[in-house]
Amino acid sequence: MFRRSEQDKRPQVQIFIDGVAVAARQGDTVSAALLASGVDVRRSTAVSGAPRLPYCMMGVCFDCLITIDGVGNRQGCLVPVAEGMQIEIQKGKREIGQ
Amino acid sequence: MTVAPRREDYDVVVIGAGPAGLAAAATSAEAGLTTLLLDENIGPGGQVFRAISSTPVTDRNQLGADYWVGADLVQSLRASSAEVIPRATVWSLDRNLDIAVSIGGASAFVKAKRVILATGALERPFPIPGWTLPGVMTAGAAQTMLKSSALVPDGRTVIAGQGPLLWLLAAQILRLGGRIDRILDTTERGNYLAALPHAFAFLTSPYFAKGLSMMREVKAKVQVVSGVAELAAAGDGQLASVSYVAGGRRETIPADLLLLHQGVVPNVNLAMSAGVEHRWDDLQLCWSPVLDASGNSSVAGIAIAGDGAGIGGANAAVVRGRIAARAAVDALAPAAAARLPAMATLRADLAKAERGRLFLDTLFRPAPQFRIPSGDTIVCRCEEVTAKDVLDSVAIGATGPNQLKAYRRTGMGPCQGRLCGLTVTELMAQARGKSPQEIGYYRLRAPVKPITLAELAAVPKSEADVKAVVRG
Repeated sequence: MFRRSEQDKRPQVQIFIDGVAVAARQGDTVSAALLASGVDVRRSTAVSGAPRLPYCMMGVCFDCLITIDGVGNRQGCLVPVAEGMQIEIQKGKREIGQ
Repeated sequence: MTVAPRREDYDVVVIGAGPAGLAAAATSAEAGLTTLLLDENIGPGGQVFRAISSTPVTDRNQLGADYWVGADLVQSLRASSAEVIPRATVWSLDRNLDIAVSIGGASAFVKAKRVILATGALERPFPIPGWTLPGVMTAGAAQTMLKSSALVPDGRTVIAGQGPLLWLLAAQILRLGGRIDRILDTTERGNYLAALPHAFAFLTSPYFAKGLSMMREVKAKVQVVSGVAELAAAGDGQLASVSYVAGGRRETIPADLLLLHQGVVPNVNLAMSAGVEHRWDDLQLCWSPVLDASGNSSVAGIAIAGDGAGIGGANAAVVRGRIAARAAVDALAPAAAARLPAMATLRADLAKAERGRLFLDTLFRPAPQFRIPSGDTIVCRCEEVTAKDVLDSVAIGATGPNQLKAYRRTGMGPCQGRLCGLTVTELMAQARGKSPQEIGYYRLRAPVKPITLAELAAVPKSEADVKAVVRG
């Protein structure tokens, strides 16, 4: 859907999407890194389980909700990637205690 | 990495580091007022100057001169004594000018003598069939990724809608070597005639020459279909095609990415939650705060600058930021105001910056069928409520957006109405034969952004706070 322009010379940062290592760039938001990764990063909604991807990328739509380093329902479009960051795609409703 | 505010009290707290907030904070700090600038994003710039200090797009021509103006604003801010905290999400502001802000998972509280809200705009909801499918995004989303991460559309890409941002984005994507297969222009033909009386001001504004050359640049490379009167996205769990009707003819084209845009509207959540009075703007088709000429709202001490004060564009936002800050200086340190540009000069700057706006607002006023959906089209993305659901609720007695919450939970999901509020108001107004002003909007309350219970529980408590809720 998206590719990186050749002029992007920022250093690489390794993140993990559901345990799989993916190369991001320093300064990427989690959502941008995911959309650039080529991996299927669709979450499914808590209401009907419908698949979604980020819609606004500016912090207002909450369709980028994601679990980052164990904390659920973060807005991936507002959080910068960090080396070793563990990202889990949210599927459906949350379970109690998770 | 994250830092709490250095003080508990400030003369001026500015919320939002876009064009208006950058200008307001620099002006206020230069006049010697203790100034705190809080912003939700990783770096300053807001949306227009997104990633201005960090963009990997190094060829200055690709983003254009209007973008790089932001670098000067950031430089002025950095040269001032303003305290700036990024990644700081303000979740509460009240009439006492008490502010709660979440920074790095912990909340801090500050009090201001004056608050300047510069929370800007967001893209107007574009509720067409299939707009929740993965692969459908806003044009602004694509532009954010382009500016901050040099990402460009790669698959079969369709851009649909209307307004200046749409053409700017298309030009930027093409300059960076990205792909656009088709542009579907939804501008209503009748709008051209309606906008004609305002054409002179527009022709003599800077928008005109820039806009024309950008449209030429794009039209030389991309097929543009004008007069698009119907639009729908389709696919099974992922966007597969876009269909549209133009000139009475329906066409369906395969697509991987659909970028939607029909203008921007004030981001009202924080201002409304603080009790700031808003009115329905029948030209811009959105809620705008009631303000005096200095940006002061109905709540004493709270001013609003930038697009949150009514859409005026980036140049106007910068001037409105300076005006609001100057008014704060006049109120708190009149002696220091003498060093600032005179209010009359600033108001003249604003009139200049707003020239041509009426033409743009009239020409790009979105058509009813793209604002007021029907049938199975989703209105509330968070709670997955359709237009039919809303109309069914009206039929059994829901009178306005707040009653509708009880029927359908619209506006009660994490986005707190940001992506459905305008649609719900207009849909219910139409169904009940009332004006949007009569129908009203969601009652917004803190926290205006979700915070965790753990963060709330960790907030420092006085003995009185504890006694207020503990029995015995």
